[in-house]
Amino acid sequence: MIVETDGMTETLERTRVSGQSRAEVIREICRHLAPFQTGERPITGDTVIAKDLTIDSLAIMDMVMELEDHFDISIPMNVVAEIHTVDQLADTIQKLCARR
Amino acid sequence: MGLFDRYEGLLEAYRDVRTTGYDPFQIRMERVLSPTEAIINGRKTLLVGTNNYFGLTFDPSCMEAAIEAIRAEGTGTTGSRIANGSYTEHVALEQEIAEFYGKKHCMVFTTGYQANLGLISTLAGEGDQLLIDADSHASIYDACKMTQAEVVRFKHNDPSSLEARLRRLGDRPGNRVVVLEGIYSMLGDSAPLREFIDVCKKYGAYVIVDEAHSLGALGDNGRGLCESAGVLDDCHFIVGTFSKTLGAIGGYCVSNDPDFDILRVTVRSYMFTASLPPSIVASVRQALKVVKAKPELRTQLWSNVATLYEGLAAKGFKLGPEHGPVVGVHLPDRMIAIGFWRAMLDAGIYVNVAVPPATPNGVSLLRCSVCAVHTKEQLEHMVEVMTGIARQFGVLEDRTLRVVGGAH
Repeated sequence: MIVETDGMTETLERTRVSGQSRAEVIREICRHLAPFQTGERPITGDTVIAKDLTIDSLAIMDMVMELEDHFDISIPMNVVAEIHTVDQLADTIQKLCARR
Repeated sequence: MGLFDRYEGLLEAYRDVRTTGYDPFQIRMERVLSPTEAIINGRKTLLVGTNNYFGLTFDPSCMEAAIEAIRAEGTGTTGSRIANGSYTEHVALEQEIAEFYGKKHCMVFTTGYQANLGLISTLAGEGDQLLIDADSHASIYDACKMTQAEVVRFKHNDPSSLEARLRRLGDRPGNRVVVLEGIYSMLGDSAPLREFIDVCKKYGAYVIVDEAHSLGALGDNGRGLCESAGVLDDCHFIVGTFSKTLGAIGGYCVSNDPDFDILRVTVRSYMFTASLPPSIVASVRQALKVVKAKPELRTQLWSNVATLYEGLAAKGFKLGPEHGPVVGVHLPDRMIAIGFWRAMLDAGIYVNVAVPPATPNGVSLLRCSVCAVHTKEQLEHMVEVMTGIARQFGVLEDRTLRVVGGAH
């Protein structure tokens, strides 16, 4: 599994604000998505969750619930609907953690 | 791109289902004989999947009331309550349901689906937070698509999961509206309502409880889980349906909120659809009288539930977590569930098959709904038939191995 390391400066910046490093957030997301990985293609920040993986919409919502409890945030369903990639999900989690 | 291209995956799954024989989504009851029997594929079939919990669809007094109403007031109202006016009987029905719950107000809808859809999407608006159980019925999910409120799911039947989400909202402005169901329709399990209510009180949240599958079944007077859990006064809105225990169609909502009537000019699923026809209103009013007059139907229902649930459990079937008017039987996967369902139909027993994505946690289920007027013999026969089919499908294998192991 490849964890995105682009934009490191920005990541460090966010880390200070939110207390959740981007690498940590991505790692947690990938941990939940790993069972739905197809073939040899690794899960990256660009992975389109509903398309590139074998995860259905209900399982995505259940995964979001797990992530919510892990990071002690709530991600409203209408926000989830706008999230397509792993990066976008990580962005949302970091943003909500920072607001906590 | 073709209009149905986006359903490619679903179409494929549907084709799989149909190639196994009968299409479970297009079953035809050639003739319905009673609440528990119908002719399907030319043979007399035991019905254990109709949500007809008290068997009132053929209650002579309810049927007479409906026939009389048609003679007196015709077949339909041909319009909505708002635009075309209410019949005296609509108002009488609302008063009787309000009285049944000891609440001040009641509003009747044309279906239970519309009651949830309209009420939930109207009560929770922009700036509010709507919190729903992860296993909520489609009508609740669809309401969430219509609301301007923020929607957050909590883990099924888990008050601590709800509490975490209410706590996270902190002092943010907006009403908190929590939606629960008395009995969940897939596995027949009840909400830990008292614990949920305690959490809601702590955080000042409004509570809507859908008693679709629990009306008649739970509570000393059949009012549902709100009654059996002793929290009738703490539930701000109770929603339900006429299409299950009351044997007809329609939905309702009761409440003590003094401004309740504003819903009549704000809830679009109430305003912009034709009202219930006289025959339905009449049979529902009579069915409610029967529910009040015959508590023995409730006793009989639970006795039948025990026969089916304990019978299947003793054979080693994996079932829903508790006794309920719905008995969900877990099967390993979609194709086994559909094959099992079809074998049961061949053996003259009709139940529902529920497969992903319509089920929680991707489980495949046979969904059996018990009726007060099933006989013990009918249900015992069903347990035998299911055990035989399960052996053919190798579904009870583990248990057999254990038994063999124990003999050594």
